[in-house]
Amino acid sequence: MTMNTQKRKKRLNMKDKYKHMTRLGWDTTYQDMDDVFPKDKFEGIVIHDWEGWEDPFRMTMDSYWKYQGEKDKKLYAIIDAFAQNNGQKNITDARYVSALKLFLTGVSPLEYQAHRGFADIARNFRGDGPRVACQMQAIDELRHVQTQVHTLSHYNKYFNGFSEFAHWHDRVWYLSVPKSFFDDARTAGPFEFMIAIGFSFEYVLTNLLFVPFMSGAAFNGDMATVTFGFSAQSDEARHMTLGLQAIKFLLEQDPANVPIVQGWIDKWTWRGYKVLGLVSMMMDYMLPESPQSWKEAWELYFEENTIALFKDLERYGITVPDCAATVSAEKDHLSHQIWMTFYTHAAAAPFHTWLPDEKKMDWLSEKYPDTFDKYYRPVYEHWGKLEKEGKRYYSEMLPQLCQTCQIPMLYTEVEAGKPTQIAHRQTKFNSERFHFCSDHCKDIFENEPEKYVQSWLPVHQIFQGNCGGSTLPEVLKWYKVEFGQDNLDYVGSPDQKMWKEWKGEE
Amino acid sequence: MAIITVGEYPLNMMDSVDKFHGNQLVYVGWDNHRLINSAMTFPLPPEMPFGALVSEVMPSCYKDHPDFEKVNFEDGSVLWSLNGESFTPDFSKSLIENGVDHKSLIRFDTPNLKGLNGVGM
Repeated sequence: MTMNTQKRKKRLNMKDKYKHMTRLGWDTTYQDMDDVFPKDKFEGIVIHDWEGWEDPFRMTMDSYWKYQGEKDKKLYAIIDAFAQNNGQKNITDARYVSALKLFLTGVSPLEYQAHRGFADIARNFRGDGPRVACQMQAIDELRHVQTQVHTLSHYNKYFNGFSEFAHWHDRVWYLSVPKSFFDDARTAGPFEFMIAIGFSFEYVLTNLLFVPFMSGAAFNGDMATVTFGFSAQSDEARHMTLGLQAIKFLLEQDPANVPIVQGWIDKWTWRGYKVLGLVSMMMDYMLPESPQSWKEAWELYFEENTIALFKDLERYGITVPDCAATVSAEKDHLSHQIWMTFYTHAAAAPFHTWLPDEKKMDWLSEKYPDTFDKYYRPVYEHWGKLEKEGKRYYSEMLPQLCQTCQIPMLYTEVEAGKPTQIAHRQTKFNSERFHFCSDHCKDIFENEPEKYVQSWLPVHQIFQGNCGGSTLPEVLKWYKVEFGQDNLDYVGSPDQKMWKEWKGEE
Repeated sequence: MAIITVGEYPLNMMDSVDKFHGNQLVYVGWDNHRLINSAMTFPLPPEMPFGALVSEVMPSCYKDHPDFEKVNFEDGSVLWSLNGESFTPDFSKSLIENGVDHKSLIRFDTPNLKGLNGVGM
């Protein structure tokens, strides 16, 4: 017998390979399946046939590693080139870097939370198709947080406001907004997490999160960030498709699932929108060169694209989330109201704020013709006058926070035609009062009050004495925010000083 | 509705009044003066006279609005609401005697003062 007599076996085709490499589950016999998978029934979702799950990508681990490995090689080559060429000096302006600080403190830790969440539901679904898909997404999310931290670590060599991003995410007041968003999702059941993050966040809202940051980076000369954005974008496309597959799977399995899923879509579209308030101010105020206003992005990605998606889901009995009208009404006001709040509370945040200059204000007038000159320009002119007198305005007070979204109660009754009146809603639970920024946040609370009474509201925590003390220096120390370095206005900051030196302006 | 859970779900009242060292939280907001971004949170003794809230606590926040020095709290021009209901505070009585309990929201409205640009900012 020679080596040649045995014919080499034919390779499996893609379909068989996919099946053999992803259908690794079995029905247990020594243990009850309900004991092995104790969390995939209590939410009330009924699954008749887990094999009904179809992965549109038929991704297997071997091809997954290969794709991701190639993308990483390209990304790290570009990051190296960016560092060697001192790419940080070629951005439009050092104000831009505050957008990156916001990203690293507010968004990258969410990638890690998404990693943890998908790893958890990969364990908890009894169908092995979705388990494998969730496992791969879990690895993607871990890769995203790593590539983002690696990319932005270059900025950390020169600029303040990056060094303690993970610590800040857990402690600093405004970061309780994105943090609690994910805490809420991760403490829900596996199906709710899937709809919350896999569908509502990844599918409905991701274009409003990543695209603005990445196109903002491109417009402001930050090729490193553009590259990690591209590197993540092909993963995001896969995640979006999986999110859509997940919702269709749930809706096709049993009609009883429809109202439960609808409730989650309503809740998580709203929860996601509230987190995106941070993106709105980034787009309209923090980018020296803005490719697109928040309002334009909302109209394109939500009012056009997402509404078309919901039309697609109508045949299952799903309707457009009930908050869509509120969000559309608020689009002329949102970014301005958020930026005003950060401007006034800038002493307690580890990134810089500033007044928009004339050029920016003219751009805002053009993009927001119905609201900017009437409501918001007068505010900036008033504060500008104070700045000229050397009295830059910093609020010494702590705001009232919404119990659900944890954002300062800065939203106004825009839908009711009263855009300067703060919206207040309240309810009582277990003899205690609870306050909300909107009907939607109040509804979310009232559906699960036992959950949201536990909100770790930064303002209340400070007054309970759990944040290092009751004075600003004590709280900043507990935050690990260096006063006069990480916080306050851009004007007069060490970042500005260094930038001027680079540009030969000083 | 109540939360749907696997197993027991203990009730954890994170902000009950006993956690504030003898104080209670009071929120104060000024209607149609959006320059001040939101109602503010104050930890105050329930026995504090309502008048002290107005003369000692509120200026720390509202002095930042140019309309504030024009507010006349004496002549009845200020309209008050407590937790969404209109009310007339007794300045000499305490917060709690005025019905201002833990996590109450006090709002005041100054219809004659129109804010920045006359549009409620």
